[in-house]
Amino acid sequence: MSAVEIAAKVRSGEWSAVDVLEGHLEAISAREDEIHAFNLVMVEQARRAAAAVDDAVASGRDPGPLAGVPLALKDNMCTHGVPTTCSSRILDDWKPPYDATVVTRAVEAGAVVIGKTNLDEFAMGSSTEHSAFGPTLNPHDTTRVPGGSSGGSAAAVAAGFSSLALGSDTGGSIRQPAALCGVVGVKPTYGLVSRYGLVAFASSLDQIGPFATSVADAALMLEVIAGHDPMDSTSIPRPSPDISSHLDQGVEGMRIGLVTELMEGIDPDVSARVHQAAEALTAAGAVVDEVSVPATLYGLTAYYLIAPAEASSNLARFDGVRYGLRVDGPDTAEMMIRTRSAGFGDEVKARIMLGTFALSAGYYEAFYGKAQKVRTLVRREFAAAYADHDLLLSPTSPSVAFPLGAKADPMSMYMCDVCTLPSNLSGEAAMSVPYGTGAHGLPVGVQVLAPAMGEVEMFRAAAVLEAAAPSDHDGEEGRS
Amino acid sequence: MSSPRDGGTDWEMVIGLEVHVELHTRTKMFSSAPNNFGDEPNTNITPTCLGLPGSLPVLNERAVELAITMGLALNSEIAPSVFHRKNYFYPDMPKDFQISQYDQPICVGGWLELPQGKRIGIERAHLEEDTGKSTHVGGGGGRIHGSDYSLVDYNRAGVPLLEIVSRPHMNSPDEARAYAEELRAILLATGVSDARMEEGSMRVDANVSVRPAGTDELRTRCEIKNLNSFRSLGRAIAYEAQRHIDLYEHGEEPTQETRHWAEDEGRTHTLRSKEEANDYRYFPEPDLVLLNPSREWVEDLRARLPELPAQRRAALREATGGEAADVAAIVARGLDRLVRGAVAAGADPGRALTHAGHNLSMDGAADLDPAAFAALIGMEKAGDLTATQAKTVLAEMVDTGESPEDIAARLGFEAMDTSALEEMVERAVAANDAAWQKFCAGEDKVQGVFVGFVMKETRGQADGKAVSAILRARREASR
Amino acid sequence: MTAITPEEVEHVAVLARLRLSPEEVAHFTGHLGAILEHAADVEALDLADVPPTSHPVHLENVMRPDRVGPTLDRDEVLAEAPAAQENRFRVPPILGVEP
Repeated sequence: MSAVEIAAKVRSGEWSAVDVLEGHLEAISAREDEIHAFNLVMVEQARRAAAAVDDAVASGRDPGPLAGVPLALKDNMCTHGVPTTCSSRILDDWKPPYDATVVTRAVEAGAVVIGKTNLDEFAMGSSTEHSAFGPTLNPHDTTRVPGGSSGGSAAAVAAGFSSLALGSDTGGSIRQPAALCGVVGVKPTYGLVSRYGLVAFASSLDQIGPFATSVADAALMLEVIAGHDPMDSTSIPRPSPDISSHLDQGVEGMRIGLVTELMEGIDPDVSARVHQAAEALTAAGAVVDEVSVPATLYGLTAYYLIAPAEASSNLARFDGVRYGLRVDGPDTAEMMIRTRSAGFGDEVKARIMLGTFALSAGYYEAFYGKAQKVRTLVRREFAAAYADHDLLLSPTSPSVAFPLGAKADPMSMYMCDVCTLPSNLSGEAAMSVPYGTGAHGLPVGVQVLAPAMGEVEMFRAAAVLEAAAPSDHDGEEGRS
Repeated sequence: MSSPRDGGTDWEMVIGLEVHVELHTRTKMFSSAPNNFGDEPNTNITPTCLGLPGSLPVLNERAVELAITMGLALNSEIAPSVFHRKNYFYPDMPKDFQISQYDQPICVGGWLELPQGKRIGIERAHLEEDTGKSTHVGGGGGRIHGSDYSLVDYNRAGVPLLEIVSRPHMNSPDEARAYAEELRAILLATGVSDARMEEGSMRVDANVSVRPAGTDELRTRCEIKNLNSFRSLGRAIAYEAQRHIDLYEHGEEPTQETRHWAEDEGRTHTLRSKEEANDYRYFPEPDLVLLNPSREWVEDLRARLPELPAQRRAALREATGGEAADVAAIVARGLDRLVRGAVAAGADPGRALTHAGHNLSMDGAADLDPAAFAALIGMEKAGDLTATQAKTVLAEMVDTGESPEDIAARLGFEAMDTSALEEMVERAVAANDAAWQKFCAGEDKVQGVFVGFVMKETRGQADGKAVSAILRARREASR
Repeated sequence: MTAITPEEVEHVAVLARLRLSPEEVAHFTGHLGAILEHAADVEALDLADVPPTSHPVHLENVMRPDRVGPTLDRDEVLAEAPAAQENRFRVPPILGVEP
């Protein structure tokens, strides 16, 4: 259900937030067992929050721009007093003593937090199969994955469990599941949204962003959470941008580049849709051409050194001393080893191992040092592309949603992120917009990329694509 | 040190110090939790202090100012700097990494001048965060080895630290102590730290090696930790250097390692950590950005630097012509401004130094009005007050803030004229005839009998020297 | 590019405070090896003159004023601790001093 519509009608008193919530809770009761989007549905808290919104409206107070809009949070965002698990055994239902900045802002804007969504453990994965609590399934085909790592958030929005959701995107973890579930997913410019309270995977790559069923809903959500936060040193010191009022401005005169390297190795059903999208943008008055960004080819390697390196350090704190799981031992060092060995899943261990190795004495320069230099190349080449383009275009994912267990080989799973991770390396904005369906009638996502702080132009192009998107076959399911 | 033993080699110590100081800020390095020593355990904590998942560091501007101030006081270059993560697991460290500056510290190079004039090079000074504190319970009686369990308090976790690393320019325990004491004096003068070794807000580690005297080689060094006082610093260095010499003289070599000073045993022990080699996997802290202090900021802090101990010593020597050791002691006690002020107001430098050196050890002495101090010295020089009276008046001045004239009047310290004194001496002689005969026979030591008599009669107000002069004159006259 | 050996995997596990079974050592040796093989294309690049990027946004001198802010409720925090005693976090004996 549209967030823009819910907020408008709740604010005007036409709808009650409690009714909106109950409708979504019914959808959850109907299909959650099948999909497993949530680690926790916060029924009682959500009911109290919705009632408070209704009270505000009744007493003439401003309930905020997200009044009564159900919001699902990826379960790696801290919620005061509510378990935050990162879908890992090691957190052991840890209840944070504080809220993430995005949670505070969303709640102050009147959003009704409906639950915490499943993810690949510590956001490490592209399928949400690597959750300690079992996989989330794709609402369009429950034999397939929803993508990941924010698969629970993507599935929750696609299945109509929540109007909006927040995810985190380190290498594509918002955009790829958005594409696979047929919803809009945005990775904002690094530093636009505060990371305070987001359990870190790779600090220099992580960024929080929205999932929504429409471009306008995503814009509304982003406007609420964006803007400077003094608790995050990497937060850009600017107010939240006004995106919504520019959505209908079209792409007339924009120069948009289709990234050559990101069209290679893409399934034909997907690349066909991307070409159609390029045509739609041309038809809307943009000038679309091909542009080469060769460093994106090295991006995957750089990403798979940088992200684990940072993760190995970020995840060191899970040591059984202060919170979460402890497996006791005769001394503290042994306790830490037992706790970590029991608490982390295989994929997390693999990344910690890789990252520890990449930073270790004698290998730093060859691995981490080089990867940081590749990162410079990626930035330079994007900057060159943006010198004569306003936006870039690519597929979001090389394929539509794949069956569970299909990507057992780690490299093939990592290839899922090949189109998305360059924007994380460069710190620039990108979003996925549903654009028709591909093989098996499954959703295809098209990625619009923008330079840093280019969100307004990016959303304008996304709105054009949304309006032009083919509505053949299914893909309507869940888009209430 | 030289230890001419059998082989006859003279050895020289090579000492460098690494000093950690807690910065005197209101809040911690990366969080707004209070930076307070001695509070109830685990009360000064935020998500960041505890390294809770999702927490992030934000740099304390005041900590940076204090680091720059110290750098300027140590003649360092203030450079663009980067925070790194130093990764190792330890329960005191909430994130299991420490945020520390690594290859780009904020203060680069510099030097510190010891009171005796030698300059000790400064390698660098960098910002980092402190760890929490463990209490070891059971077993070995509060010691880490053999304890049953430990209890961790994170109040200290994240307290801002500046680590000041000297070059290996010290060659004796005394120089190392002098360096540490001078560093402490600068920290106190600038307000950078309260530098209390007993509370751990100043922690000194020593890198010690020895070499044949006259060479400039750098041999294997050992780092000595757990030096809890300036005294242990000196003792530990002397012990460790001798240990190295003994090894060399037996054809062995020391191993590069960290050693622990055991004050009660008077020796150092090896400290081998459990298994793994240290591999801290430093990498730039992605949650913090470049620290690049502007020239304006640095110059503003330079302009606000107080006069430093070395400058104060130089100024005091220039003003008084005093000996280096006397001057250093007066500066160390913070009385130099008083002395300089008094001398500027016309006081006799020698008397001013003497009073500051001997008669002003009480609290509040440094706050004395220099003009009043000068006036007191003037009265003393003019003979209006005896030395003993001057000392008494000085104490009263510190105590009450009254002028020396008023105090002297109140205490009845009127200058005694010579005739009154002469009369007193006559009475003394009359009362001690036997002694007088001895005195006239040249036994000067009996003079004390007369001086004592006069002092008793005048309740100490008489000038002993004047009494002696009258006695000698009387003897001359009677011959 | 350097292939990773089982011994290196075991050393890395020690640094990372993980205990691996022999099967896991074999598994991670293959897993990490596969990824490091891909790193070969990065190693082949001449990047001598390229500066590293450690932050995607160029900000500097981000600081906060030295003002005391709210602190956490100790009881709430200690309630989440695996073990607490006397208002502190309790841990098994600590062997060895801080490195």
